[in-house]
Amino acid sequence: MAQPAGLLFSKDHEWVKLDGDVATIGITDYAQHSLGDIVYVELPRVGATLQQFAGIGVVESVKAVSDIFTPLGGEVIEINPAVEADASLVNREPFDGGWFYKLKLADVSEKNNLMSGADYDKLIAEA
Amino acid sequence: MDDEPLRRTALFDVHRTLGARIVPFGGFEMPVQYAGILAEHAAVRERAGLFDLSHMAQFELRGTGVAAWADALTINHVATMKPFQARYNVFTNDAGGTHDDVLFYRLPDRWLLIVNAGNAHKMWEYLQAECRGDVQLTDLRGESALLAVQGPRSVEVLAPLVEADIAALKYYTCAETRAGGARAVVARTGYTGEDGFEVFLPADAAVGLWDALLVEHRSVLAPCGLGARDVLRLEAGMPLYGHELTEEITPLQAGLGWAVKFAKPSFTGKAALEAQAVDEDYPRIAGLVLDGRVPARAGYRVLRNGAVVGEIRSGSIAPSIGNKSIATALLEPSSATVGTRLGVEVRGTEHPATTVALPFYKRG
Repeated sequence: MAQPAGLLFSKDHEWVKLDGDVATIGITDYAQHSLGDIVYVELPRVGATLQQFAGIGVVESVKAVSDIFTPLGGEVIEINPAVEADASLVNREPFDGGWFYKLKLADVSEKNNLMSGADYDKLIAEA
Repeated sequence: MDDEPLRRTALFDVHRTLGARIVPFGGFEMPVQYAGILAEHAAVRERAGLFDLSHMAQFELRGTGVAAWADALTINHVATMKPFQARYNVFTNDAGGTHDDVLFYRLPDRWLLIVNAGNAHKMWEYLQAECRGDVQLTDLRGESALLAVQGPRSVEVLAPLVEADIAALKYYTCAETRAGGARAVVARTGYTGEDGFEVFLPADAAVGLWDALLVEHRSVLAPCGLGARDVLRLEAGMPLYGHELTEEITPLQAGLGWAVKFAKPSFTGKAALEAQAVDEDYPRIAGLVLDGRVPARAGYRVLRNGAVVGEIRSGSIAPSIGNKSIATALLEPSSATVGTRLGVEVRGTEHPATTVALPFYKRG
């Protein structure tokens, strides 16, 4: 089950799409499937400053609350209002319409702490 | 008891084959979901769902002394039950708190007592310790399975596999018959707020009936796990032991006053419950609907004008109530009045909510 091309991944099952110093962030298809029916997403506010790998929000399924750990640090410049309005979008389109927020990166080199799609596939194969 | 290895029902391998997600519950490895909790919930509300409830402990009671003995340990009437009748009841402690909430089924020559899986060990010890007179207790755990078919199309799904005319069964009655070729007790009872049946049958016949039901009715009947069951029962305002009922929470506090029969000459906890009923100033379970979509989880604090007035006991998103966030809370009496504006504290932020009457959902 290959991951979409061009993305980076964290061990906490977030994906990152880089465009210069702007990162779009969401959770992986593996993560949404593990969580089950997602009913609520709580995201950081626009303007908030995040530290790489800090817990910055939650995603809730019918049964459980899970933390969102930001895979990169920086300033939140946009959040996805669609997933706040309808969290099931994360189940349906985890890599597309179900994205969470965009960051203006503080330090682009933090991406070196993330993994490729191939390495992420290995991680979840061992899980 | 926590050290004991997890048990499996007769249907464990079937659940695995169906792709169920398995979790520990009440000492068993049980399916929490198959296709998904919301899809299974919808199946039960719109068509029919099939549940394995074999983790629930089944005790058989025999003897001429059963009715009087059970009447002295529980809040509701037992002796007035007629053969083939089912009745909800609660075993109370001396303080009026709840040992367990149960169902009695009266059959011509015996009774079935169904207790919560998580209380099975405690209740077996308790019943044995309290056993006196002509009462014989048998633990059917491992020998007897329990399947439930719940939802508006339950009759259509189950009737072809049962000898008795289940369409004619009244709510909270049962029949001794054959189901899927095996001897069974089929009862029109459930824990979902829908029409439906519960089928008690030998464990070695459970897979046969389960498979026959799913093969015949794949498009109508969905296998459902404990996740959907919890959402269904919460919407229907039914208490779950450990949440709305505990050793500390009395049936009166849980809104089960209708089941407390003070006319009975005596029962364990009667004096405490009478005092509570007269005083009326006790925390009680109420329904909450939040303004927003954030789930209210068990243990969250409930606030009124900044002061803590209670605690969430159960909560979920409720597909049958417009996908609203609903919860039960144990509240100070002045805050339990319908229409009271409250706040639920979620991760340090107060989310507005309103007290509502239970149940949240009633079938049309």
